[in-house]
Amino acid sequence: MSQSFDEISAQLRRRHRKSARLKWISMGALGLAGLFLVLFFTDMMIKGLPAFQQAQVQVEVDYSERASQLPLAAVQEDVRPLVSRGYLRLIPGRMDDNPELLGTTRMEWVLADGQVDQYLKGHHSRLSASEQEVVDRLQAEGRAELRFNTTFFSNGDSKMPELAGIASAAMGTVLTLLVTLAVSFPIGVMTAVYLEEFAPDNRVTQLIEININNLAAIPSILFGLLGLAIFINFFGVPRSSPVVGGLTLALMTLPVIIIATRTALRSVPDSIRHAAFGVGCSRWQVVRDHVLPLALPGIMTGSIIGLAQAMGETAPLIIVGMVAFIPDVTSSFTEAATVLPAQIFTWAGEPDRAFIEKTSGGILVLLAVLITLNATAVVLRKKFERRW
Amino acid sequence: MQTNQILALFCGTLLVLGLIAFFLGRAKAARVRAAGTSMHAQPDQYAWFSVLSTAGPAIAVGVVGAFAMLLLGAEIPTLYLLAASLVVGCAGLAMGIAMVRPDFHARKAIESVIRFFLAGAALISIFTTFGILISIVGEAIRFFQMQSFWDFITGTTWNPGASFLEAAGRAEEGASAAQFGSIPLFAGTFMITAIAMLVAIPVGLLSAIYMAEFAPQRVRTLAKPVLEVLAGIPTVVYGFFAAITVAPLIVSVAGFFGIDASFNNALAPGVVMGIMIIPFISSLSDDVINSVPDSMRQGSLALGMTKGETIRDVVVPAALPGIISASLLAVSRALGETMIVVMAAGMRPNLTANPFEDMTTVTVRIVAALTGDQEFASAETLSAFALGLVLFVVTLSLNLVSVIMIRRFREKYRINNL
Repeated sequence: MSQSFDEISAQLRRRHRKSARLKWISMGALGLAGLFLVLFFTDMMIKGLPAFQQAQVQVEVDYSERASQLPLAAVQEDVRPLVSRGYLRLIPGRMDDNPELLGTTRMEWVLADGQVDQYLKGHHSRLSASEQEVVDRLQAEGRAELRFNTTFFSNGDSKMPELAGIASAAMGTVLTLLVTLAVSFPIGVMTAVYLEEFAPDNRVTQLIEININNLAAIPSILFGLLGLAIFINFFGVPRSSPVVGGLTLALMTLPVIIIATRTALRSVPDSIRHAAFGVGCSRWQVVRDHVLPLALPGIMTGSIIGLAQAMGETAPLIIVGMVAFIPDVTSSFTEAATVLPAQIFTWAGEPDRAFIEKTSGGILVLLAVLITLNATAVVLRKKFERRW
Repeated sequence: MQTNQILALFCGTLLVLGLIAFFLGRAKAARVRAAGTSMHAQPDQYAWFSVLSTAGPAIAVGVVGAFAMLLLGAEIPTLYLLAASLVVGCAGLAMGIAMVRPDFHARKAIESVIRFFLAGAALISIFTTFGILISIVGEAIRFFQMQSFWDFITGTTWNPGASFLEAAGRAEEGASAAQFGSIPLFAGTFMITAIAMLVAIPVGLLSAIYMAEFAPQRVRTLAKPVLEVLAGIPTVVYGFFAAITVAPLIVSVAGFFGIDASFNNALAPGVVMGIMIIPFISSLSDDVINSVPDSMRQGSLALGMTKGETIRDVVVPAALPGIISASLLAVSRALGETMIVVMAAGMRPNLTANPFEDMTTVTVRIVAALTGDQEFASAETLSAFALGLVLFVVTLSLNLVSVIMIRRFREKYRINNL
């Protein structure tokens, strides 16, 4: 069976077109993934950036005797619904701290109610028509505006959206990650050193190795069940505390650190070990003085990545109770605490629309920290990367 | 005294004791050396040995005592235990100093202790696995003592609502008996996983093919880390995205086509989970495709195949074990994924094939069972562990199969670093 030249060249064209099509389709797939990323970040930005601004109103605060009994009386009736109730509640305390205030009347910029905030941002609010008029008038007079939201960074959680902040969750995250790092870093590095430098190649070692790879692939929620059953119910570690959360996350992070450390140790060339052995170092001295320092950048990058993963983890922490409502900044490892992702989860469940903004704001903060951490890891890797 | 005060006191005393041991040990070794005797080790090594011989026994006594109290229920007053531990520490100190002699190999002794500790650290990963297994199996057995295993596996109604009345001994007050039939939960889980795979596998695999075969070097070095950003986004964030942005979008699009969609539809968490898994599949497949030997591509091209044909008929089939392994790992990840489904999928166990309806998954019910206000021994709380057990078994087998697949691939082409 013979084909004419034209037939063959037509067939060839078809085949090359098909090949090019595959190229375009696969490029499109990558583009699609990139598009998801762009869509996601734009969406979060649009929803979250307003959370960094908060409405404030300038009102006359009357530090009278009556206001110390009845905080609501400190501002005039027409603007009372516009001022955050949480702010008014603090007035008697401030008068106790500072007796000079008593009897004075001052114009002050104060935190506005969450509904005013939503109204000023152009969202749907529950303000009545007359209240809206007052806000419009204040805004025209320059006495109501959106300002940078410091409360969001200095306050703990609150049921009033204008007062809700991430401070306590951020502190909880720091405490929890400290526990995680303190437990998983030494154990992880020690395990990796043992497996790479000391362990004989036998069944036990192989078992440990298979185990570590398995642990890395176990769903995180099962670590939560472990934390609940072993740490809380058996060892009696306080529920919701950074200790139990940190320990649970440490067990999850362990495989990441071990695998990264092993890779780092393996990349240190044997000639260095031979040289150190040659001058009479013992095995531990070789590891401590020569191999570990050379592998340290790799170990650091692995640990940072592991920590970043742990920081974004929520499911196991929900199981061990770290979704508590924490209005005050946690200061101890055994107190109830919450972490940023859990705070985001709690806010996401709030019906008030203003909390969607808070949630997205919290997400932006979390993503900023995570991207910084990951970028640090990348920079570290670039800086210390070397070919032997 | 409070527990942490006692602990602080204990650690403080131990630290002081250790310091004393260090300096006494070093002083003695230095004295011996100054006398002109040659020793087997450096003074500092003798010093560290003294520290180990002090702290080791003291900590061991503390740990054994603590475990005796926890496991055997022995009632030892904490102060006595600490006193005993410190006495043993002092004895260790005396023994350690006595052993500082010229013919003693302090370095070897230290190193065997260090080696012991390193091996101990390596065992922790095994303990963790056992811990997971024991904690889950133990509680799951308690659950199956209350509820029949057969009903759990084959039942089609998941209605734990009345179980808290049973736990309180008031079962007859419930409108209907609690039912723990897990099939709707697994059906929901598999539906959402299937949707996720429908998104992740084509997009991930094709991206990998582009990056490995077509893309210029510049695009590659840029695209890989950017894709990894997708993997680094916390799942709680994806959950929020699915619930707030994607689900309403799907409802309105479905409404446009005249389909009635629930706001907790299975499609939203499925699609978003798929997006989350894309980098996982693409980076694993990219590695596998890259490690297919070049000679195979050259052979194919030399026979006149186009690039596309080479990829379709040679490279992908050769890399198939690795690609399947990546996909299996991705499935196991999707099955165990929690936050996205907790936030975006429904709570209602619903046995349906319609992705626009709400469904619930295994992990959603685990979270629901453990964050409720039931007491721990109630059937509903314990059901979380039964579900966890099944999840553990399924994901473990998927992981094992995928490890075997990748090992086969590796052996076929003698690749070391995959």
